[in-house]
Amino acid sequence: MNLSYLLDPAHWDLADGSIPRLILSHLWYVLLALLIGTAIALPVGLWIGHTGRGSFLAINAGNAGRSLPTLGLLMLMVTLLGLGLAPVLIALTVLVIPPVLTSAYAGIRTLDHRVVDAAKGVGMRPWQVLTKVELPMALPVLMSGFRSATLQVVATATVAAAVGLNGLGRLLIDGLAVNDYSRVLAGAIVVAVLAVVLDLVFALAQRWVVSPGLTERSSK
Amino acid sequence: MITFDDVVKVYPGGGTAVDHLSLELPTGRTTVLVGPSGCGKTTSLRMINRMISPTSGRVLIDGQDVAGEDEALLRRRIGYVIQHAGLFPHRTVLDNVATVPMLLGRTRRQARTDALGLLERVGLSADFAKRYPAQLSGGQQQRVGVARALAADPPIMVMDEPFSAVDPIVREGLHREFLRLQQDLGKTIAMVTHDIDEAIKLGDVVAIFRQGGVLAQVGTPRELLEQPADEFVAEFVGRDRGLRSLSFDTAAGLPVRPVSEAPDLLLDDAGRPAGWRTGGGAAGTFTSADSLRLVTDLTITSPAGMAVRVGPDGKAEGVVSHHDIADHLVRRRETK
Repeated sequence: MNLSYLLDPAHWDLADGSIPRLILSHLWYVLLALLIGTAIALPVGLWIGHTGRGSFLAINAGNAGRSLPTLGLLMLMVTLLGLGLAPVLIALTVLVIPPVLTSAYAGIRTLDHRVVDAAKGVGMRPWQVLTKVELPMALPVLMSGFRSATLQVVATATVAAAVGLNGLGRLLIDGLAVNDYSRVLAGAIVVAVLAVVLDLVFALAQRWVVSPGLTERSSK
Repeated sequence: MITFDDVVKVYPGGGTAVDHLSLELPTGRTTVLVGPSGCGKTTSLRMINRMISPTSGRVLIDGQDVAGEDEALLRRRIGYVIQHAGLFPHRTVLDNVATVPMLLGRTRRQARTDALGLLERVGLSADFAKRYPAQLSGGQQQRVGVARALAADPPIMVMDEPFSAVDPIVREGLHREFLRLQQDLGKTIAMVTHDIDEAIKLGDVVAIFRQGGVLAQVGTPRELLEQPADEFVAEFVGRDRGLRSLSFDTAAGLPVRPVSEAPDLLLDDAGRPAGWRTGGGAAGTFTSADSLRLVTDLTITSPAGMAVRVGPDGKAEGVVSHHDIADHLVRRRETK
């Protein structure tokens, strides 16, 4: 086991199957799953948090989603839908939904109710209360759910290779198939680095979108 | 004028919060709703801006039933101040104050310019504009809360225990500024407190509630102190209500003895009181505009048992002892 595969410049050109190309396809799966998952989970989580209705769903969705084996779900979807991007995205989206849903719900529920009362009392309409007060105040919690979803999806998107797609899973699966452990190690390292880099990007984004009034940076 | 017309609020399974309340809050005056916890004062207050809807009965503003108005538009016309201020933590002080004008469609620039003026009005310098609520003390937050409520210049203010979350010294300062602001602005104010002293100090009209949401008595602070309607009100306004009611009378009618009857009093060359020959300390002085309560207090704390009335120029005009005050109160009772 060594770093030769990772450090070989031949694997860093832009040819098909090179590490940069695999990173791009991997990122593509990750971003699609995050977009679709957030588009589903965020409104539902906000609605449950805002109205207080269906909170059992928000709490249990987290546990149910986490206990589903992604590889098993993927195989089931392939059986039902055939090969392609759709079964992979479904399997990954199922991973994104629980943390985003739960954090959106928790972010809204744990808000200082006096501030929400004040927002209504000064004459904001329900939609304005949600978008001008609840959502910005829930952002720190929401972002942490989103970041943990990202870490999970980056690691799990390697399953795409198991059903003939690309992504960094190629290095793992092909490496295992030909007993090239240097390639497996390269895949593992690149996935880990990618996860850390994405998390850093979102951490920076968080600093930018979350009001300084909500962070310790502004405290006395 | 805000009118409660036979208002009842019953919570499902929770009993009666407000029990057939009929009450008028006069325009341009401060009406304080006061009572022990669970007396329905806050529930009543929150029905004015429809944060709570009555089970039956009506709440009217200048004859208009609030139930017929758009909730959000109604609330934008009513300044809203709550305990702990309830500021938006993610917005700067300036943007908190600019909230309602922006909801009403004013431009951000205009709203912020106006907000700066309001900060000054509540005693905060422009340095605070860019800060966030977490960087302010409780008293400063409460000032911002008041500025936010005043921002759209609403004719009515609804204040739910606005001063109860700050320490007594800060509260004292906020009270003074509240009275000064209200003197300038003349808003129709409905305020809730559990503190009878605060109610008496700030209210033009005080409505005392008892448990079960029943209005026990409504009147001026003086009426409540001097003629409590029943045991409950008498108990609630306190055992020292007699002494406190002295703060509504000035010393103008209080006869004084000539200074010569107080041989212990030292005067300086200009005829101003300088102290007492025995016992030491400065002489307690009052003018005829001061309250009888202050004069009583001065005679109690004076080593000579006397307080000195001074004129506008500071010269001693006469002296008053405990006995003089007692005699004055007896005469006052007889002529009533």
